[in-house]
Parts: sequence; C-alpha cells; structure tokens
Amino acid sequence: MVKWTELERSTVKAIWEKVDIDEIGPQIWARVLIVYPWTERYFGSFGDLFTITAILKNDKVAAHGKVVLKALDKAVNNMDNMKRTYADLSQLHFQKLEVDPDSFRLLADCITITIACKLKSALSPQSQAIWQKFLYAVVDAMSSQYR
Amino acid sequence: MSLSGKDKAVVKNFWGKVAPKAAEIGGEALGRMLTAYPQTKTYFSHWADLSPGSAQVKKHGATIMAAVGDAVSKIDDLTGGLSTLSELHAFKLRVDPANFRILAHNLILCMAMFFPGDFTPEVHLSVDKFLQNVAFALSEKYR
Repeated sequence: MVKWTELERSTVKAIWEKVDIDEIGPQIWARVLIVYPWTERYFGSFGDLFTITAILKNDKVAAHGKVVLKALDKAVNNMDNMKRTYADLSQLHFQKLEVDPDSFRLLADCITITIACKLKSALSPQSQAIWQKFLYAVVDAMSSQYR
Repeated sequence: MSLSGKDKAVVKNFWGKVAPKAAEIGGEALGRMLTAYPQTKTYFSHWADLSPGSAQVKKHGATIMAAVGDAVSKIDDLTGGLSTLSELHAFKLRVDPANFRILAHNLILCMAMFFPGDFTPEVHLSVDKFLQNVAFALSEKYR
C-alpha cells in the first residue's frame, strides 16, 4: 500500500481542484489518441478517428474523456485504498475491454502534460513529482487485476 | 517510428518559437526530472546541488537544450549528426538509454508549460517522435 504524507495529500487535492473535468477531459483523451495512435484500437465504435481534426471534433472522444476523469476523482478521494477502489475497473479493462496496461502509463503522462498546459508554472517541480507519484499509484491499481 | 516530412516541418516550426526560451526550458526540465524521477540523480552525484533552480542544473539544462536545437538542424540525418554525442553517452557517460525517455517527457512537459497555445496535440505528436528519434540516434553506439 502506498503511503502518503499530509503534504502529498494536500498537493494532490489542490491540483485536482483546479481541474475542470468537462474542459480538460476531452483535451486529454484527444491528446492520447493523437500522440499514441495505436490506442485507437480500443475505440472501433467511436466513428471517425482518421484525422487529427476528426479526433478533436469527435463527441464520443470528448464524452469518454469526461468518463475517465470522473473515475480519477475516485482515486483523489480514496488515496489509501486505491487497489480496492479500482479492483472492478481493473478487472473490466483486463477481461472484457482487453486493454494493454501500458496504455494506462501513456494516459497518465498525457494527463500530467495537459494539466501542465493549464497550470503552467503553478505546477512546481515538487508538485509535479507528487502528482506523478499519485498517477503512477492509480496506474498500479488499474493494472492490479491483470493476472 | 521515423519522421515524415510533415513531422520535420512541424518540429522546425515549433523550434523557431521555442528557441528564445530554450535555455530556460532545458534548465526547468532537468530540474523537474531530478525531482520527479530521483533515480536520475545517480548520474549527477558529483554535483553539489541537485535542486531545481540550482546553477549547475540550469547550466546543464541549457547545454542539453542547445544539443536538442542542434539535433533539429540535423533532423535529416540524426544518426550521423549525433554520432559524437552518441559515443560520449555510450563510452564515457554510460547513461542507461531508458532515461532518454524520462528526460523527453520532462522536456515535453516544459515545452507545453511555456507554450500552451502552440503545443497542440499535433505538435506534441511530432515532437514526441522527434525526441524518440534523437534518443535512438544517441543510443546508436551503445552496442
């Protein structure tokens, strides 16, 4: 189980408070599909993902970005319990959706980069370190049922 | 994942905007890498101060970014153009190539931070590919 200091907890919450899920969710998801196009393999039902413009305009992409960020909210509020919080989602992504867990790492990096675009220098090096520790714990929890 | 003509044009164009802030971005990226990925500190145990903002970190970050800028100018032949740097990293510094990806992530993060409007997903894609190709060229002489 990951141990969190008071500073780490308050830093993660402070960053999360600045994230507008409806604004940033779609941006993050579009970024993942554009920068790492092989992740499109999981979204055959999303329609036109053939060009960057199409991805940026795609409503299903935007909607899915919001779904994923809402699920991240669970982690912010259950930092001491992430593996249990994400057990079902992890199993879903393994057994049913068959998602390569390496994708979770790519997503985590895109989340950090998109937040950095928004917060700019307000995301200090120390805050970035803490935020990434948090996200990698989420990635771990999401990978935990892959066995 | 080799660079298309479009990737090269995008990278050169974006670099034109980044160049005036290159030294600052390099220093910032190196400081963030050392803070967020403490395992990278093992390569700099000979420095007195590894904190972000320290003189040595800023100076070395600027050196790295200058080399990235040089790589942009040699984008049509990265393996040839970076051959000497590859020898340095392979035989003298012996940096595990996995760290090139870590540094790339922090360079990208800082470019996004300094130029949020310009660092669109399309630019991000080409820059990510470019840095991957730079890493590949730097690893060329390793074995």
